[in-house]
Amino acid sequence: MPHIEISTENCKGCGLCIHICPVSAIEFAKEINKLGYHPARYKGDGCTGCTLCFYTCPEPSAITVYRKS
Amino acid sequence: MAKDILTKPKAFYDNFHRKPDQNKQDTHYCPGCGHGILHKMIAEAIDDFEIADRTIMISPVGCSVFVYYYFDTGNLQVAHGRAPAVATGYKRTHPEAIVISYQGDGDLAAIGGNNILQAANRGENITFFFVNNAIYGMTGGQMAPTTLLGQKTMTSPYGRKAEREGYPMRVLELLSSLEAPTYLERVALTDAKHLMKARAAVRKAIKTQIDGKGFSLIEVLSACPSGWRMTPTDAVAWISEKMEKTFPVGVYKDVIKDRKPNTWTRMLEKVPFEKYHEILELTGEPMEIEADMSSVLDIYKNPEILIAGFGGQGVLLLGQFLAEAGMRHCWNSSWIPSYGPEMRGGTANCHVKISEKRIGSPIVAKPSILIAMNLPSLDKFEPLLKPGGLLIYNTTMISRAPSRNDIEILPIPATKMADQLESLRVANMVVAGAIQEKTKLFDEIILKDCLNTVVKHKNFIPLNLQAIDKGKEYVENFGK
Ligand SMILES: Cc1ncc(C[n+]2csc(CCOP(=O)(O)OP(=O)(O)O)c2C)c(N)n1
Ligand code: SF4
Ligand SMILES: [Mg+2]
Repeated sequence: MPHIEISTENCKGCGLCIHICPVSAIEFAKEINKLGYHPARYKGDGCTGCTLCFYTCPEPSAITVYRKS
Repeated sequence: MAKDILTKPKAFYDNFHRKPDQNKQDTHYCPGCGHGILHKMIAEAIDDFEIADRTIMISPVGCSVFVYYYFDTGNLQVAHGRAPAVATGYKRTHPEAIVISYQGDGDLAAIGGNNILQAANRGENITFFFVNNAIYGMTGGQMAPTTLLGQKTMTSPYGRKAEREGYPMRVLELLSSLEAPTYLERVALTDAKHLMKARAAVRKAIKTQIDGKGFSLIEVLSACPSGWRMTPTDAVAWISEKMEKTFPVGVYKDVIKDRKPNTWTRMLEKVPFEKYHEILELTGEPMEIEADMSSVLDIYKNPEILIAGFGGQGVLLLGQFLAEAGMRHCWNSSWIPSYGPEMRGGTANCHVKISEKRIGSPIVAKPSILIAMNLPSLDKFEPLLKPGGLLIYNTTMISRAPSRNDIEILPIPATKMADQLESLRVANMVVAGAIQEKTKLFDEIILKDCLNTVVKHKNFIPLNLQAIDKGKEYVENFGK
């Protein structure tokens, strides 16, 4: 199943991935990370592996997309 | 080409070492800043083309000043707006390098406007990424040349008005009127479609350079949520709704197909040995030179020479002559003049280095040989001479004795000796002869042949030769 991983500590909570995700599979986490933001959080399913969140995310270390398994 | 796993590109460092705490993995950019998005696209392309070990990223002044914190490539950080000049220098001396100049709109369109225009007009084989965020982000949101009409910034608090602040500058439209550029496109970091176009443009621009096809520049409409005082998502929407009206996205020039590969690489042509002869107007038969200073006394080896006097004494020409002789011996050699309004009547001086090793800087801060042709020059430069260095001074023009006692001193009435040859202007060549006799640095035939290159009017060559011989004779008999 395609899915994504978000590195909570490297996310600045800009929300661009949440905005661009065509299937609304990402949301803001309730907790606040070390950088002081509500990071993005994968809802756990729905990801189609389209990679758009990766390309709209300004942080190199924040999102990894697994397109297949 | 689609990868199964899309993650941080290898062209980025694992850890971004920056103070105060090291080993960070996040960038210094604000949340939602377009710089990070573009960084990732460039890094991904560097990975895919496998060019990390020959890429030079150029960091500008602006929020992206720290590009070098992130890219595990070669890096240069340059003065505000000067990236095109530095990139040109680097690329022309390292044609195999992939040089990527990354610049903001303040950097490229304001202070560096002429730099980019000239680089584009020369068609440098370099890739430029031009981040247009309609503002000076780093300094806190001042108006840029690209600021939109009506846009409020710190320095256009009532909104930019054409009659007061002029119109937004369309850099791509300007550059596209030039012949030389190969590929110019404007993209926007907004929705899915635009992001994919931006990604493709980034790759195409780098490929253009790899293929040696010349100048490419991608203008990237990029969000600055902090400077615009918007949320990141609103900022992206503002690009689509407002910025694109003034700065339409699209391809402005693309002649990639018409350009033959490697026609714009500007590899330095290797000049065949026989050609030198012709170019330098040498007399006699071409000969291979065994460049070797082993027979020269240690104190005269690899000399750093400062020659000073007033304008008209041939100070600059003497320097050129010695530097030329250094080159002819296949040594490294440099000459820089230092003159200004002083050329007319005041003092002039030049710095000459002749070295078996590569020359780092052409500036002679501590000369090993000082030639003082007049009193102000002796006053000014005597203290700079290295201990043990050689001072040659023109006694016709300098009445006082040198004050140092830790140097070697050769007084010579150069002007008077030139006068005896009925030309005050060859005092410089009298000194050249003295230097040669004293240091034995050069092969005499080669040295004299350099007159053919530096003396403009060929009928003066015999006189100059006489002057050299006179200087030599003087030193031979000096102290006898
Ligand atoms: C010679 C010089 N002049 C002015 C500055 C001040 N300065 C620093 S960044 C900057 C503008 C940066 O704007 P831009 O190039 O658009 O980059 P951004 O931060 O928006 O990405 C200026 C004027 C400087 N550092 N050096
Ligand atoms: S000020 Fe603007 S350009 Fe600079 S890092 Fe923040 S969002 Fe990016
Ligand atoms: Mg800017």
